[in-house]
Amino acid sequence: MSEIALTLGPVFFHWSSDRLQDFYRRIADEAPIERVHVGEVVCGKRMPFSDPAWPAIIERLERGGKQVVLSTLAAPATVRERRSIEDLCGDERLVEINDVSGLRSRSGKPFVAGPFLNVYNEASAQFLIQLGAQTICPPVELSFAAIGILSSKCPEAQFEIFAFGRLPLALSGRCYHARIHRLHKDSCQFTCEKDPDGLSVDTLDDQQFLAVNGVQTLSNQVQAFCPSLAALTSKGIRRIRLSPHTCNMVEVARIYRRLADGKEEPDDARFALSCLDLPGTMVDGYAHGKPGWQATAPA
Amino acid sequence: MTTTRMELVCPAGTPATLRAAVQAGADAVYCGFRDETNARNFPGLNFSRDELAEGVRFAHGHGSKVLVAINTFARVDEVDIWKKAADMAAESGADAIIAADFAVLEHVAKNHKQIRLHLSVQAAAATPEAIEFYAAHFGVRRVVLPRVLSLQEIAALNRAIDVETEAFVFGGLCVMIEGRCYLSSYATGKSPNLNGVCSPPEMVSYDEEPNGTAARLSGFTIDRYERGQPVGYPTLCKGKFKAGGKTSHLFEDPVSLNAGGMISGLKGAGVTALKIEGRQRGKGYVSEVVRAFRKALDAVEAGGDAVDVDRLLAGQSEGARQTAGAYEKKWR
Repeated sequence: MSEIALTLGPVFFHWSSDRLQDFYRRIADEAPIERVHVGEVVCGKRMPFSDPAWPAIIERLERGGKQVVLSTLAAPATVRERRSIEDLCGDERLVEINDVSGLRSRSGKPFVAGPFLNVYNEASAQFLIQLGAQTICPPVELSFAAIGILSSKCPEAQFEIFAFGRLPLALSGRCYHARIHRLHKDSCQFTCEKDPDGLSVDTLDDQQFLAVNGVQTLSNQVQAFCPSLAALTSKGIRRIRLSPHTCNMVEVARIYRRLADGKEEPDDARFALSCLDLPGTMVDGYAHGKPGWQATAPA
Repeated sequence: MTTTRMELVCPAGTPATLRAAVQAGADAVYCGFRDETNARNFPGLNFSRDELAEGVRFAHGHGSKVLVAINTFARVDEVDIWKKAADMAAESGADAIIAADFAVLEHVAKNHKQIRLHLSVQAAAATPEAIEFYAAHFGVRRVVLPRVLSLQEIAALNRAIDVETEAFVFGGLCVMIEGRCYLSSYATGKSPNLNGVCSPPEMVSYDEEPNGTAARLSGFTIDRYERGQPVGYPTLCKGKFKAGGKTSHLFEDPVSLNAGGMISGLKGAGVTALKIEGRQRGKGYVSEVVRAFRKALDAVEAGGDAVDVDRLLAGQSEGARQTAGAYEKKWR
């Protein structure tokens, strides 16, 4: 295994089961990614559509040599949603916990602390490590420097930085896709399926700003943080998370693989990413401790 | 159905507001220290160590409790600031600490067993599993509920847990799950979790333009007003945006929460305490709101109909438009 590992995060969007299968087939066969998260994280109402597809996807990924992590819901509410977390937490594979609900049943077994858990300091990271956290992907608003300090103070866990994709910024009990279409969440008609990268939200002055995906709000811009191998090594960050979009994710993975191997400079990686069909302009402000929408100087 | 009387929990941004809230009938007041350890880190607001001790004496002398909010997430490498705030709260004789961060909860549970721990809304615990986890690990006695749950969901939750619940009934309304919203830092670099602020005033501008006034946050237009129209504060999630070919208050209208009509429903759902938001509010506002809710709550506790809180509070809400929020299922 290379020194810096690549992780493919869970798909945030409501992709059809056919799209999911096609997507993960290519990832399994072609993407230089060590670990792949599967499962629905955003909306439990989508699970009946995707659930039947996961066993074959998992098998395919594992046959392709990928480590599969089962991601769990970030905002469980119904009995069925809560039960899905309990069920997944019983699995022998690694599980990603995205809500404290899952900590109860997963404690004592290894897990990934996902970006929806609030890990802002070494004491809370240590608390989760004692419960079984092996990998911690802190909230997206935490800077590269802060994650570096966490990593140096908590060497027992691997720290992962959210490097690519629209940034998950908020969750609500209310579904914005339903609200835009004058529907309620309980009878939403799954209009979010029409926006496989989320629906753009612009200001009254046509500034690109946010994107909605059911109950989730993301950035309109695409996080494209490209740290050098030296920067990653000096901060002790062992994993880079890429968040799936409809653009060529195999190519995204190849670019980050070359970057993390020190075979490509950050500027070249950013240029290569900018040539892809991204859903928004590239930013990396959060990683530099700045407003998330800003695009800053090279890492 | 709870047989005990529900508790009225009221905001105190300053010592003067604390006294006003107590005198207006608060069963408990909540406040924070003058730093980034609490989620209302505004200039001119909050308490020093001595002011808190004095506030506790005053409140206890009038039969009221004091709850201290240390409910932001400790910064990496500076956790001691949050631990010291918890130590000061415990030494002040306050009745409870309201916290969200594992680091703070663990510190209080280990070192200050005598003080009650309340789980802040910033922890976003909304399931029996999450609440039981906090109770088992830190001895949390009460959970402040996220403002995105319906009355039915709260009732079901209370049937499943042994921990007290506290529900917001008046004031600002977060439409996002609190403690898990980074919209503010995305636009401005400052957020509730990192800095105890949302949509901070220093990033706000009101720009007079030919087509009216644009209210902007960090340069992003959050809303636009025609000449002569009252101009609102550009809180990010209450803004007007374009999406899917439509222009609307996509996330939430510029409304505030008023669940005055829901008091008996919340009691029926097993809620222990009712919370009024607004530590940034002045003494006059807090007095009036607390007095109105005292009257309404007393009427419900006496078995009568709730007095008309809306009438008592006409003109005290943001933009005078109010909603019962997520308590009504159609909200979502």
